[in-house]
Amino acid sequence: MSTVDEIKKIAPKASKEVFKTMSMNIGPQHPATHGTLRLKCELDGEIIVKIEPEIGFLHTGFEKLGEYRNYNQFVVISDRMNYLSPLNNNIGFAIACEELFGVTVPPRGQYIRVIMAELSRIADHVVSVGLQGMDLGAFSVMLWTFIEREKLYDIFEAVTGARLTTSWTRVGGVFRDVPPDFPELCNGFLAKFPAVIDEIEYMLNKNRIFMDRTIGVGALTKEEAISHGVTGPILRACGVNYDIRKTKPYLCYSELNFDVPMRTEGDVYARYQVRLAEMRESIKIVKQALEKLPGGGKNPDKLPVNSVDHKVVLPPKDMVYHDMESLIHFFKLTMPGHGLIPPKGEVYSSTETPNGELGFYLVSDGTGLPYRVRIRPPSFYNYTTFVKQATGRLISDAVACMASINVIAGELDR
Amino acid sequence: MSIDLAALTKTLKERFGDEVLGHSAFRGQTVVRIKHTANVKILTFLRDDPSAAFDMLTDITCLDSLRLPDDMQKEYPERFAVVYQLTSLAHNDRLRVKAFVPEDPCEIETVSELWAAANWGEREAFDMFGVIFRGHPDLKRILMPDNYEGHPLRKDYPLKGRGERDNFPKYTELAN
Repeated sequence: MSTVDEIKKIAPKASKEVFKTMSMNIGPQHPATHGTLRLKCELDGEIIVKIEPEIGFLHTGFEKLGEYRNYNQFVVISDRMNYLSPLNNNIGFAIACEELFGVTVPPRGQYIRVIMAELSRIADHVVSVGLQGMDLGAFSVMLWTFIEREKLYDIFEAVTGARLTTSWTRVGGVFRDVPPDFPELCNGFLAKFPAVIDEIEYMLNKNRIFMDRTIGVGALTKEEAISHGVTGPILRACGVNYDIRKTKPYLCYSELNFDVPMRTEGDVYARYQVRLAEMRESIKIVKQALEKLPGGGKNPDKLPVNSVDHKVVLPPKDMVYHDMESLIHFFKLTMPGHGLIPPKGEVYSSTETPNGELGFYLVSDGTGLPYRVRIRPPSFYNYTTFVKQATGRLISDAVACMASINVIAGELDR
Repeated sequence: MSIDLAALTKTLKERFGDEVLGHSAFRGQTVVRIKHTANVKILTFLRDDPSAAFDMLTDITCLDSLRLPDDMQKEYPERFAVVYQLTSLAHNDRLRVKAFVPEDPCEIETVSELWAAANWGEREAFDMFGVIFRGHPDLKRILMPDNYEGHPLRKDYPLKGRGERDNFPKYTELAN
Protein backbone atom coordinates (compact mmCIF):
# COMPACT_ATOMS: atom_id res chain seq x y z
CA MET A 1 0.00 0.00 0.00
CA SER A 2 2.95 2.32 0.55
CA THR A 3 3.29 3.46 -3.06
CA VAL A 4 -0.37 4.34 -3.33
CA ASP A 5 -0.35 6.28 -0.08
CA GLU A 6 2.75 8.17 -1.16
CA ILE A 7 1.22 9.16 -4.47
CA LYS A 8 -1.96 10.25 -2.73
CA LYS A 9 0.16 12.44 -0.45
CA ILE A 10 2.22 13.97 -3.24
CA ALA A 11 -0.65 14.56 -5.69
CA PRO A 12 -2.03 18.08 -5.35
CA LYS A 13 -5.41 18.12 -3.67
CA ALA A 14 -6.89 20.55 -6.17
CA SER A 15 -6.57 18.12 -9.05
CA LYS A 16 -9.20 15.95 -7.47
CA GLU A 17 -11.82 18.66 -7.68
CA VAL A 18 -10.92 19.66 -11.22
CA PHE A 19 -10.69 16.23 -12.82
CA LYS A 20 -12.62 14.04 -10.39
CA THR A 21 -12.41 10.55 -11.86
CA MET A 22 -11.79 9.38 -15.37
CA SER A 23 -13.25 6.25 -16.87
CA MET A 24 -10.95 4.09 -18.92
CA ASN A 25 -11.48 0.94 -20.88
CA ILE A 26 -8.86 -1.79 -21.06
CA GLY A 27 -9.40 -4.51 -23.62
CA PRO A 28 -10.99 -6.66 -24.97
CA GLN A 29 -7.96 -6.56 -27.26
CA HIS A 30 -4.98 -5.59 -25.18
CA PRO A 31 -1.66 -7.37 -24.72
CA ALA A 32 -1.84 -7.19 -20.92
CA THR A 33 -5.21 -8.89 -20.73
CA HIS A 34 -3.90 -12.29 -21.92
CA GLY A 35 -6.82 -12.96 -24.16
CA THR A 36 -10.14 -11.32 -24.71
CA LEU A 37 -10.95 -9.73 -21.38
CA ARG A 38 -12.37 -6.30 -20.83
CA LEU A 39 -11.88 -4.09 -17.78
CA LYS A 40 -14.00 -1.02 -17.12
CA CYS A 41 -12.00 1.23 -14.79
CA GLU A 42 -12.77 4.40 -12.89
CA LEU A 43 -9.47 6.14 -12.30
CA ASP A 44 -8.39 8.84 -9.90
CA GLY A 45 -5.10 9.80 -11.48
CA GLU A 46 -3.40 6.46 -11.79
CA ILE A 47 -5.28 4.87 -8.93
CA ILE A 48 -8.13 2.51 -9.66
CA VAL A 49 -11.23 3.60 -7.76
CA LYS A 50 -13.55 1.07 -9.28
CA ILE A 51 -12.90 -1.76 -11.66
CA GLU A 52 -15.37 -4.05 -13.31
CA PRO A 53 -14.23 -7.03 -15.34
CA GLU A 54 -16.41 -8.01 -18.24
CA ILE A 55 -16.03 -11.52 -19.57
CA GLY A 56 -17.68 -13.71 -22.16
CA PHE A 57 -15.91 -12.54 -25.33
CA LEU A 58 -14.67 -16.06 -25.98
CA HIS A 59 -17.88 -17.82 -25.01
CA THR A 60 -18.15 -20.83 -27.29
CA GLY A 61 -20.96 -22.81 -25.68
CA PHE A 62 -18.87 -25.85 -24.72
CA GLU A 63 -21.47 -26.96 -22.18
CA LYS A 64 -24.30 -26.83 -24.71
CA LEU A 65 -22.16 -28.51 -27.35
CA GLY A 66 -21.28 -31.23 -24.85
CA GLU A 67 -24.92 -32.28 -24.67
CA TYR A 68 -24.79 -33.15 -28.37
CA ARG A 69 -21.45 -34.99 -28.42
CA ASN A 70 -20.67 -38.39 -26.98
CA TYR A 71 -18.18 -38.87 -24.20
CA ASN A 72 -15.15 -39.45 -26.40
CA GLN A 73 -16.01 -36.62 -28.76
CA PHE A 74 -16.03 -34.15 -25.89
CA VAL A 75 -12.31 -34.76 -25.32
CA VAL A 76 -11.68 -32.67 -28.42
CA ILE A 77 -13.65 -29.80 -26.90
CA SER A 78 -11.74 -30.08 -23.63
CA ASP A 79 -8.50 -29.24 -25.49
CA ARG A 80 -9.82 -25.82 -26.24
CA MET A 81 -10.51 -24.87 -22.63
CA ASN A 82 -7.16 -24.19 -21.06
CA TYR A 83 -4.97 -23.86 -24.09
CA LEU A 84 -1.78 -23.62 -22.04
CA SER A 85 -2.22 -27.13 -20.67
CA PRO A 86 -4.69 -29.06 -22.82
CA LEU A 87 -3.41 -32.40 -21.54
CA ASN A 88 -4.60 -31.62 -18.04
CA ASN A 89 -8.07 -30.92 -19.39
CA ASN A 90 -8.08 -34.19 -21.38
CA ILE A 91 -7.03 -36.16 -18.33
CA GLY A 92 -9.48 -34.38 -16.03
CA PHE A 93 -12.37 -35.15 -18.35
CA ALA A 94 -11.30 -38.76 -18.83
CA ILE A 95 -11.14 -39.27 -15.06
CA ALA A 96 -14.63 -37.82 -14.65
CA CYS A 97 -15.98 -40.15 -17.34
CA GLU A 98 -14.24 -43.16 -15.81
CA GLU A 99 -15.85 -42.39 -12.48
CA LEU A 100 -19.24 -42.23 -14.19
CA PHE A 101 -18.70 -45.44 -16.18
CA GLY A 102 -17.04 -47.23 -13.27
CA VAL A 103 -13.94 -48.14 -15.25
CA THR A 104 -10.42 -48.36 -13.88
CA VAL A 105 -7.28 -47.72 -15.86
CA PRO A 106 -4.38 -50.19 -15.46
CA PRO A 107 -1.21 -48.97 -13.68
CA ARG A 108 0.79 -48.33 -16.84
CA GLY A 109 -1.95 -46.06 -18.17
CA GLN A 110 -2.13 -44.21 -14.85
CA TYR A 111 1.62 -43.61 -14.74
CA ILE A 112 1.70 -42.36 -18.31
CA ARG A 113 -1.12 -39.96 -17.53
CA VAL A 114 0.65 -38.69 -14.43
CA ILE A 115 3.87 -38.08 -16.36
CA MET A 116 2.06 -36.21 -19.12
CA ALA A 117 -0.04 -34.24 -16.63
CA GLU A 118 3.05 -33.08 -14.78
CA LEU A 119 4.94 -32.20 -17.96
CA SER A 120 1.90 -30.22 -19.00
CA ARG A 121 1.84 -28.52 -15.61
CA ILE A 122 5.46 -27.48 -16.15
CA ALA A 123 4.54 -26.15 -19.62
CA ASP A 124 1.70 -24.09 -18.12
CA HIS A 125 3.65 -22.72 -15.16
CA VAL A 126 6.71 -21.90 -17.20
CA VAL A 127 4.68 -19.84 -19.65
CA SER A 128 2.70 -18.26 -16.84
CA VAL A 129 5.90 -17.18 -15.06
CA GLY A 130 7.37 -15.96 -18.34
CA LEU A 131 4.33 -13.85 -19.16
CA GLN A 132 4.31 -12.50 -15.63
CA GLY A 133 7.88 -11.40 -16.18
CA MET A 134 7.02 -9.88 -19.54
CA ASP A 135 4.14 -7.88 -18.10
CA LEU A 136 6.49 -6.43 -15.51
CA GLY A 137 9.16 -5.53 -18.04
CA ALA A 138 11.41 -8.61 -17.94
CA PHE A 139 10.99 -9.60 -21.57
CA SER A 140 13.91 -12.03 -21.68
CA VAL A 141 12.26 -14.34 -19.15
CA MET A 142 9.39 -14.80 -21.55
CA LEU A 143 11.78 -15.73 -24.36
CA TRP A 144 13.58 -18.32 -22.22
CA THR A 145 10.40 -19.90 -20.99
CA PHE A 146 8.93 -20.18 -24.48
CA ILE A 147 12.04 -22.09 -25.57
CA GLU A 148 11.34 -24.60 -22.79
CA ARG A 149 7.71 -24.88 -23.78
CA GLU A 150 8.75 -25.70 -27.33
CA LYS A 151 10.86 -28.58 -26.00
CA LEU A 152 7.88 -29.84 -24.03
CA TYR A 153 5.66 -29.51 -27.07
CA ASP A 154 8.10 -31.74 -28.95
CA ILE A 155 7.52 -34.43 -26.31
CA PHE A 156 3.75 -33.91 -26.53
CA GLU A 157 3.95 -34.22 -30.28
CA ALA A 158 5.84 -37.49 -30.01
CA VAL A 159 3.27 -38.92 -27.59
CA THR A 160 -0.04 -37.46 -28.73
CA GLY A 161 0.64 -36.53 -32.34
CA ALA A 162 -0.21 -32.88 -31.79
CA ARG A 163 1.45 -29.97 -30.10
CA LEU A 164 -1.54 -28.03 -28.81
CA THR A 165 -4.82 -29.75 -29.61
CA THR A 166 -3.74 -33.03 -28.14
CA SER A 167 -7.11 -34.87 -27.70
CA TRP A 168 -5.06 -37.60 -26.12
CA THR A 169 -7.30 -39.42 -23.67
CA ARG A 170 -10.28 -41.68 -24.22
CA VAL A 171 -12.76 -43.02 -21.72
CA GLY A 172 -10.80 -45.80 -20.03
CA GLY A 173 -7.37 -44.94 -21.33
CA VAL A 174 -5.45 -43.06 -23.96
CA PHE A 175 -5.52 -43.39 -27.71
CA ARG A 176 -2.16 -45.12 -28.01
CA ASP A 177 0.85 -46.17 -25.99
CA VAL A 178 3.87 -43.90 -25.64
CA PRO A 179 6.74 -44.22 -28.12
CA PRO A 180 9.60 -46.55 -27.05
CA ASP A 181 12.03 -43.68 -26.50
CA PHE A 182 9.60 -41.87 -24.17
CA PRO A 183 11.76 -42.14 -20.98
CA GLU A 184 14.78 -40.80 -22.86
CA LEU A 185 12.77 -37.90 -24.25
CA CYS A 186 11.54 -36.94 -20.77
CA ASN A 187 14.90 -37.46 -19.07
CA GLY A 188 16.61 -35.38 -21.74
CA PHE A 189 14.27 -32.53 -20.93
CA LEU A 190 14.43 -32.98 -17.16
CA ALA A 191 18.23 -33.00 -17.14
CA LYS A 192 18.42 -29.48 -18.53
CA PHE A 193 15.26 -27.91 -17.16
CA PRO A 194 16.26 -27.27 -13.49
CA ALA A 195 19.00 -24.96 -14.76
CA VAL A 196 16.33 -22.86 -16.46
CA ILE A 197 14.37 -22.51 -13.21
CA ASP A 198 17.61 -21.48 -11.51
CA GLU A 199 18.18 -18.94 -14.23
CA ILE A 200 14.67 -17.48 -13.83
CA GLU A 201 15.14 -17.31 -10.07
CA TYR A 202 18.54 -15.68 -10.50
CA MET A 203 16.99 -13.09 -12.77
CA LEU A 204 13.79 -12.29 -10.87
CA ASN A 205 13.92 -13.37 -7.23
CA LYS A 206 16.13 -10.53 -6.03
CA ASN A 207 15.36 -8.16 -8.85
CA ARG A 208 14.58 -4.77 -7.33
CA ILE A 209 12.00 -3.79 -9.95
CA PHE A 210 10.29 -7.16 -9.89
CA MET A 211 10.16 -7.22 -6.10
CA ASP A 212 8.81 -3.68 -5.85
CA ARG A 213 6.07 -4.42 -8.31
CA THR A 214 5.01 -7.75 -6.83
CA ILE A 215 5.59 -7.86 -3.07
CA GLY A 216 2.42 -6.83 -1.26
CA VAL A 217 0.54 -6.39 -4.54
CA GLY A 218 -2.82 -8.08 -4.83
CA ALA A 219 -2.52 -9.72 -1.43
CA LEU A 220 -5.45 -11.95 -0.47
CA THR A 221 -6.14 -13.35 2.96
CA LYS A 222 -6.88 -16.99 3.58
CA GLU A 223 -10.55 -16.32 4.34
CA GLU A 224 -11.08 -14.15 1.26
CA ALA A 225 -9.52 -16.73 -0.99
CA ILE A 226 -11.62 -19.59 0.42
CA SER A 227 -14.83 -17.56 0.24
CA HIS A 228 -14.15 -16.73 -3.42
CA GLY A 229 -13.61 -20.39 -4.24
CA VAL A 230 -10.01 -19.75 -5.29
CA THR A 231 -7.93 -22.86 -5.93
CA GLY A 232 -4.50 -23.78 -7.22
CA PRO A 233 -1.28 -21.81 -6.79
CA ILE A 234 -3.18 -18.68 -5.75
CA LEU A 235 -4.85 -20.45 -2.83
CA ARG A 236 -1.62 -22.12 -1.79
CA ALA A 237 0.15 -18.76 -1.90
CA CYS A 238 -2.36 -17.65 0.75
CA GLY A 239 -1.32 -20.45 3.08
CA VAL A 240 -4.07 -23.00 2.50
CA ASN A 241 -2.83 -26.53 2.04
CA TYR A 242 -5.30 -27.66 -0.60
CA ASP A 243 -4.08 -29.72 -3.49
CA ILE A 244 -6.41 -32.37 -4.89
CA ARG A 245 -3.42 -34.54 -5.75
CA LYS A 246 -2.94 -34.88 -1.97
CA THR A 247 -6.43 -34.43 -0.50
CA LYS A 248 -8.28 -36.72 -2.90
CA PRO A 249 -5.52 -38.54 -4.77
CA TYR A 250 -6.48 -39.69 -8.25
CA LEU A 251 -4.47 -41.79 -10.71
CA CYS A 252 -1.33 -43.00 -8.92
CA TYR A 253 -0.43 -39.81 -7.07
CA SER A 254 -0.71 -41.58 -3.70
CA GLU A 255 2.24 -43.80 -4.69
CA LEU A 256 4.49 -40.85 -5.48
CA ASN A 257 6.40 -38.73 -3.05
CA PHE A 258 6.11 -34.96 -3.45
CA ASP A 259 5.46 -31.83 -1.42
CA VAL A 260 2.86 -29.14 -1.82
CA PRO A 261 4.68 -25.80 -1.93
CA MET A 262 3.04 -23.05 0.09
CA ARG A 263 3.53 -19.42 1.02
CA THR A 264 1.52 -17.33 3.43
CA GLU A 265 1.74 -13.81 1.98
CA GLY A 266 -0.91 -14.29 -0.71
CA ASP A 267 0.55 -11.61 -2.98
CA VAL A 268 1.79 -11.74 -6.56
CA TYR A 269 5.36 -12.53 -5.47
CA ALA A 270 4.17 -15.48 -3.39
CA ARG A 271 2.22 -16.88 -6.36
CA TYR A 272 5.32 -16.59 -8.52
CA GLN A 273 7.32 -18.47 -5.88
CA VAL A 274 4.67 -21.17 -5.55
CA ARG A 275 4.66 -21.70 -9.32
CA LEU A 276 8.44 -22.06 -9.44
CA ALA A 277 8.42 -24.47 -6.50
CA GLU A 278 5.63 -26.49 -8.09
CA MET A 279 7.70 -26.93 -11.22
CA ARG A 280 10.49 -28.43 -9.12
CA GLU A 281 7.97 -30.77 -7.49
CA SER A 282 6.65 -31.75 -10.92
CA ILE A 283 10.18 -32.66 -11.97
CA LYS A 284 10.41 -34.88 -8.89
CA ILE A 285 7.10 -36.54 -9.73
CA VAL A 286 8.00 -37.19 -13.37
CA LYS A 287 11.36 -38.70 -12.39
CA GLN A 288 9.76 -41.05 -9.85
CA ALA A 289 6.97 -41.98 -12.22
CA LEU A 290 9.44 -42.76 -15.00
CA GLU A 291 11.35 -45.05 -12.66
CA LYS A 292 8.19 -46.82 -11.53
CA LEU A 293 6.56 -46.90 -14.97
CA PRO A 294 5.41 -50.51 -15.41
CA GLY A 295 6.97 -51.91 -18.55
CA GLY A 296 9.26 -48.91 -19.05
CA GLY A 297 9.40 -47.23 -22.42
CA LYS A 298 9.58 -50.33 -24.59
CA ASN A 299 6.93 -52.30 -22.70
CA PRO A 300 8.31 -55.77 -23.62
CA ASP A 301 5.55 -57.67 -21.76
CA LYS A 302 2.82 -55.74 -23.57
CA LEU A 303 1.27 -54.45 -20.35
CA PRO A 304 -2.08 -52.83 -21.09
CA VAL A 305 -2.32 -49.05 -21.21
CA ASN A 306 -6.08 -48.92 -21.54
CA SER A 307 -8.78 -50.61 -19.59
CA VAL A 308 -9.37 -54.17 -20.81
CA ASP A 309 -13.11 -53.64 -20.52
CA HIS A 310 -13.84 -53.67 -24.23
CA LYS A 311 -17.40 -52.58 -23.69
CA VAL A 312 -15.92 -49.13 -23.09
CA VAL A 313 -12.51 -49.09 -24.77
CA LEU A 314 -12.01 -50.03 -28.42
CA PRO A 315 -10.29 -53.43 -28.68
CA PRO A 316 -6.93 -53.49 -30.51
CA LYS A 317 -7.20 -54.02 -34.27
CA ASP A 318 -5.51 -57.46 -34.32
CA MET A 319 -8.14 -58.68 -31.86
CA VAL A 320 -10.93 -57.21 -33.99
CA TYR A 321 -9.74 -59.14 -37.04
CA HIS A 322 -9.36 -62.48 -35.28
CA ASP A 323 -11.95 -62.53 -32.52
CA MET A 324 -15.71 -62.49 -33.01
CA GLU A 325 -16.46 -60.87 -29.64
CA SER A 326 -14.00 -58.05 -30.22
CA LEU A 327 -15.52 -57.41 -33.62
CA ILE A 328 -18.93 -57.02 -31.99
CA HIS A 329 -17.50 -54.66 -29.36
CA PHE A 330 -15.82 -52.66 -32.09
CA PHE A 331 -19.06 -52.30 -34.04
CA LYS A 332 -21.11 -51.41 -31.01
CA LEU A 333 -18.64 -48.83 -29.77
CA THR A 334 -18.46 -47.03 -33.09
CA MET A 335 -22.24 -47.01 -33.66
CA PRO A 336 -24.08 -44.05 -32.16
CA GLY A 337 -26.43 -45.00 -29.35
CA HIS A 338 -25.04 -48.51 -28.92
CA GLY A 339 -21.70 -48.93 -27.23
CA LEU A 340 -20.45 -46.25 -24.95
CA ILE A 341 -23.38 -45.90 -22.58
CA PRO A 342 -22.94 -45.06 -18.91
CA PRO A 343 -25.45 -45.94 -16.19
CA LYS A 344 -27.97 -43.30 -15.14
CA GLY A 345 -26.56 -41.03 -12.51
CA GLU A 346 -24.34 -38.04 -11.94
CA VAL A 347 -20.80 -37.46 -10.76
CA TYR A 348 -18.69 -34.47 -9.90
CA SER A 349 -15.04 -35.20 -10.39
CA SER A 350 -12.18 -32.79 -10.07
CA THR A 351 -8.48 -32.81 -10.76
CA GLU A 352 -5.67 -30.44 -9.94
CA THR A 353 -4.75 -28.54 -13.09
CA PRO A 354 -2.04 -25.88 -13.17
CA ASN A 355 -4.59 -23.15 -12.45
CA GLY A 356 -6.47 -25.02 -9.75
CA GLU A 357 -9.43 -27.30 -9.43
CA LEU A 358 -10.91 -28.31 -12.76
CA GLY A 359 -14.20 -30.03 -12.10
CA PHE A 360 -16.57 -31.85 -14.39
CA TYR A 361 -20.15 -32.39 -13.30
CA LEU A 362 -21.58 -35.03 -15.61
CA VAL A 363 -25.24 -36.01 -15.59
CA SER A 364 -26.10 -39.11 -17.55
CA ASP A 365 -29.63 -40.09 -18.57
CA GLY A 366 -28.57 -43.54 -19.71
CA THR A 367 -28.01 -42.65 -23.36
CA GLY A 368 -24.82 -42.26 -25.33
CA LEU A 369 -24.86 -38.48 -24.97
CA PRO A 370 -24.39 -36.74 -21.64
CA TYR A 371 -27.48 -34.96 -20.33
CA ARG A 372 -25.43 -32.16 -18.90
CA VAL A 373 -21.72 -31.39 -18.92
CA ARG A 374 -20.86 -28.72 -16.43
CA ILE A 375 -17.28 -27.53 -16.43
CA ARG A 376 -16.03 -25.93 -13.26
CA PRO A 377 -13.18 -23.82 -14.58
CA PRO A 378 -10.50 -22.74 -12.11
CA SER A 379 -9.90 -19.42 -13.89
CA PHE A 380 -13.53 -18.36 -13.48
CA TYR A 381 -13.47 -18.46 -9.69
CA ASN A 382 -9.87 -17.25 -9.44
CA TYR A 383 -10.77 -14.23 -11.54
CA THR A 384 -13.60 -13.21 -9.16
CA THR A 385 -10.94 -12.00 -6.74
CA PHE A 386 -9.50 -9.61 -9.29
CA VAL A 387 -11.78 -6.72 -8.27
CA LYS A 388 -10.59 -7.10 -4.69
CA GLN A 389 -6.95 -7.24 -5.72
CA ALA A 390 -6.94 -4.27 -8.08
CA THR A 391 -9.24 -1.76 -6.37
CA GLY A 392 -7.32 1.08 -4.71
CA ARG A 393 -4.10 0.27 -6.52
CA LEU A 394 -2.25 1.60 -9.56
CA ILE A 395 -3.12 0.47 -13.09
CA SER A 396 0.29 -1.13 -13.39
CA ASP A 397 -0.49 -3.21 -10.29
CA ALA A 398 -3.68 -4.43 -11.95
CA VAL A 399 -1.52 -5.74 -14.80
CA ALA A 400 0.68 -7.58 -12.30
CA CYS A 401 -2.38 -9.11 -10.61
CA MET A 402 -3.88 -10.15 -13.92
CA ALA A 403 -0.67 -11.90 -14.95
CA SER A 404 -0.37 -13.72 -11.63
CA ILE A 405 -3.94 -15.05 -11.74
CA ASN A 406 -3.07 -16.55 -15.14
CA VAL A 407 -6.57 -16.11 -16.53
CA ILE A 408 -7.13 -18.27 -19.58
CA ALA A 409 -10.01 -16.84 -21.57
CA GLY A 410 -10.77 -20.20 -23.16
CA GLU A 411 -11.69 -21.85 -19.89
CA LEU A 412 -13.02 -18.66 -18.31
CA ASP A 413 -15.70 -18.21 -20.96
CA ARG A 414 -16.01 -21.78 -22.23
CA MET B 1 -10.67 -37.48 8.13
CA SER B 2 -14.00 -37.15 6.49
CA ILE B 3 -17.53 -36.28 7.44
CA ASP B 4 -20.05 -38.92 8.44
CA LEU B 5 -22.43 -38.00 5.64
CA ALA B 6 -25.10 -40.44 6.76
CA ALA B 7 -25.25 -38.77 10.17
CA LEU B 8 -25.20 -35.35 8.57
CA THR B 9 -28.15 -36.08 6.30
CA LYS B 10 -30.02 -37.44 9.34
CA THR B 11 -29.30 -34.24 11.27
CA LEU B 12 -30.50 -32.18 8.33
CA LYS B 13 -33.72 -34.16 8.16
CA GLU B 14 -34.34 -33.74 11.88
CA ARG B 15 -33.50 -30.09 11.90
CA PHE B 16 -35.30 -28.93 8.77
CA GLY B 17 -38.05 -31.53 8.48
CA ASP B 18 -40.06 -31.28 5.27
CA GLU B 19 -37.71 -28.81 3.71
CA VAL B 20 -35.20 -31.58 3.13
CA LEU B 21 -36.72 -33.76 0.42
CA GLY B 22 -34.28 -36.61 0.65
CA HIS B 23 -30.80 -37.73 -0.20
CA SER B 24 -29.14 -40.24 -2.46
CA ALA B 25 -25.69 -41.49 -3.29
CA PHE B 26 -24.08 -42.56 -6.56
CA ARG B 27 -20.44 -43.63 -6.89
CA GLY B 28 -19.84 -42.57 -3.29
CA GLN B 29 -21.05 -39.00 -3.81
CA THR B 30 -23.90 -37.80 -1.64
CA VAL B 31 -26.63 -35.49 -2.91
CA VAL B 32 -29.04 -33.75 -0.57
CA ARG B 33 -32.25 -32.55 -2.20
CA ILE B 34 -33.96 -29.54 -0.64
CA LYS B 35 -36.82 -27.14 -1.28
CA HIS B 36 -35.81 -23.88 -2.90
CA THR B 37 -37.42 -21.83 -0.12
CA ALA B 38 -34.99 -23.17 2.47
CA ASN B 39 -31.71 -22.91 0.58
CA VAL B 40 -30.18 -20.06 2.61
CA LYS B 41 -31.15 -21.64 5.95
CA ILE B 42 -29.75 -25.05 5.12
CA LEU B 43 -26.61 -23.80 3.40
CA THR B 44 -25.87 -21.46 6.32
CA PHE B 45 -26.15 -24.45 8.64
CA LEU B 46 -23.86 -26.51 6.42
CA ARG B 47 -21.29 -23.74 6.30
CA ASP B 48 -21.28 -22.81 9.99
CA ASP B 49 -21.93 -26.06 11.82
CA PRO B 50 -18.59 -27.50 12.97
CA SER B 51 -19.65 -31.05 12.11
CA ALA B 52 -20.07 -30.02 8.46
CA ALA B 53 -17.96 -26.85 7.97
CA PHE B 54 -18.37 -26.61 4.21
CA ASP B 55 -16.37 -23.43 3.97
CA MET B 56 -15.87 -23.44 0.20
CA LEU B 57 -18.53 -23.21 -2.47
CA THR B 58 -16.69 -25.00 -5.23
CA ASP B 59 -19.29 -24.51 -7.89
CA ILE B 60 -22.83 -23.42 -8.43
CA THR B 61 -24.76 -24.43 -11.48
CA CYS B 62 -28.18 -25.38 -12.68
CA LEU B 63 -29.92 -28.34 -14.30
CA ASP B 64 -32.96 -28.32 -16.54
CA SER B 65 -34.94 -31.54 -16.08
CA LEU B 66 -37.22 -30.99 -19.10
CA ARG B 67 -35.88 -33.83 -21.27
CA LEU B 68 -34.95 -36.30 -18.54
CA PRO B 69 -36.43 -39.82 -18.86
CA ASP B 70 -39.47 -40.44 -16.67
CA ASP B 71 -37.76 -42.55 -14.03
CA MET B 72 -35.19 -39.83 -13.41
CA GLN B 73 -37.74 -37.06 -13.59
CA LYS B 74 -39.41 -38.48 -10.48
CA GLU B 75 -36.52 -37.08 -8.47
CA TYR B 76 -37.21 -33.60 -9.81
CA PRO B 77 -40.33 -32.09 -8.24
CA GLU B 78 -39.72 -28.89 -10.20
CA ARG B 79 -38.24 -28.17 -13.60
CA PHE B 80 -34.96 -26.57 -12.52
CA ALA B 81 -32.44 -27.62 -9.93
CA VAL B 82 -29.80 -25.24 -8.65
CA VAL B 83 -26.80 -27.40 -7.78
CA TYR B 84 -24.32 -26.37 -5.11
CA GLN B 85 -21.02 -28.25 -4.92
CA LEU B 86 -19.69 -27.77 -1.41
CA THR B 87 -16.20 -28.55 -0.19
CA SER B 88 -15.06 -28.72 3.40
CA LEU B 89 -11.36 -27.93 3.62
CA ALA B 90 -11.27 -28.84 7.33
CA HIS B 91 -12.85 -32.27 6.88
CA ASN B 92 -11.67 -32.83 3.30
CA ASP B 93 -15.05 -33.90 2.07
CA ARG B 94 -17.65 -32.88 -0.47
CA LEU B 95 -21.41 -32.62 -0.59
CA ARG B 96 -23.80 -31.74 -3.35
CA VAL B 97 -27.00 -29.86 -2.56
CA LYS B 98 -29.82 -29.55 -5.06
CA ALA B 99 -32.53 -26.94 -4.59
CA PHE B 100 -35.50 -27.33 -6.90
CA VAL B 101 -36.81 -24.18 -8.55
CA PRO B 102 -40.21 -24.06 -10.29
CA GLU B 103 -40.55 -22.76 -13.83
CA ASP B 104 -42.75 -19.86 -12.79
CA PRO B 105 -41.74 -17.91 -10.75
CA CYS B 106 -38.21 -19.04 -11.56
CA GLU B 107 -36.73 -17.51 -8.42
CA ILE B 108 -34.49 -18.54 -5.55
CA GLU B 109 -32.76 -16.66 -2.75
CA THR B 110 -29.11 -15.73 -3.40
CA VAL B 111 -26.28 -17.20 -1.34
CA SER B 112 -23.76 -14.53 -2.31
CA GLU B 113 -23.85 -13.33 1.30
CA LEU B 114 -22.51 -16.69 2.42
CA TRP B 115 -19.80 -17.22 -0.18
CA ALA B 116 -18.29 -14.56 -2.41
CA ALA B 117 -17.89 -17.22 -5.11
CA ALA B 118 -21.67 -17.32 -5.55
CA ASN B 119 -21.66 -13.84 -7.07
CA TRP B 120 -20.35 -14.85 -10.50
CA GLY B 121 -21.63 -18.40 -10.25
CA GLU B 122 -25.20 -17.21 -9.83
CA ARG B 123 -24.79 -14.70 -12.61
CA GLU B 124 -23.78 -17.54 -14.91
CA ALA B 125 -26.71 -19.71 -13.81
CA PHE B 126 -29.03 -16.77 -14.46
CA ASP B 127 -27.46 -16.14 -17.85
CA MET B 128 -27.66 -19.73 -18.99
CA PHE B 129 -30.92 -20.90 -17.36
CA GLY B 130 -32.86 -17.78 -16.47
CA VAL B 131 -33.08 -18.56 -12.77
CA ILE B 132 -33.46 -15.29 -10.87
CA PHE B 133 -31.48 -15.05 -7.65
CA ARG B 134 -33.36 -12.72 -5.34
CA GLY B 135 -31.15 -10.28 -3.44
CA HIS B 136 -28.13 -10.75 -5.70
CA PRO B 137 -26.02 -7.56 -5.67
CA ASP B 138 -25.55 -7.35 -9.44
CA LEU B 139 -27.64 -9.87 -11.35
CA LYS B 140 -26.93 -9.45 -15.04
CA ARG B 141 -25.65 -11.54 -17.90
CA ILE B 142 -22.03 -12.60 -17.64
CA LEU B 143 -21.13 -14.69 -20.69
CA MET B 144 -23.79 -13.77 -23.25
CA PRO B 145 -24.18 -10.21 -24.57
CA ASP B 146 -26.46 -7.92 -22.57
CA ASN B 147 -29.05 -7.65 -25.35
CA TYR B 148 -29.31 -11.41 -25.83
CA GLU B 149 -32.74 -12.98 -25.59
CA GLY B 150 -33.34 -16.39 -24.10
CA HIS B 151 -31.24 -18.68 -21.95
CA PRO B 152 -29.11 -21.00 -24.06
CA LEU B 153 -28.57 -23.95 -21.72
CA ARG B 154 -32.28 -24.57 -21.23
CA LYS B 155 -33.26 -27.83 -22.86
CA ASP B 156 -35.90 -26.19 -25.07
CA TYR B 157 -33.27 -23.90 -26.57
CA PRO B 158 -31.99 -25.34 -29.87
CA LEU B 159 -28.29 -26.07 -30.34
CA LYS B 160 -27.98 -23.87 -33.40
CA GLY B 161 -29.78 -20.95 -31.79
CA ARG B 162 -32.89 -19.09 -32.78
CA GLY B 163 -31.55 -17.29 -35.81
CA GLU B 164 -29.23 -14.96 -33.89
CA ARG B 165 -26.51 -15.56 -36.43
CA ASP B 166 -28.75 -14.65 -39.36
CA ASN B 167 -29.61 -11.26 -37.99
CA PHE B 168 -26.24 -9.69 -37.48
CA PRO B 169 -26.35 -6.03 -38.56
CA LYS B 170 -24.58 -5.79 -41.89
CA TYR B 171 -21.84 -3.23 -42.36
CA THR B 172 -22.01 -2.38 -46.04
CA GLU B 173 -20.02 0.84 -46.26
CA LEU B 174 -16.70 -1.01 -46.47
CA ALA B 175 -17.82 -2.95 -49.53
CA ASN B 176 -18.33 0.17 -51.64
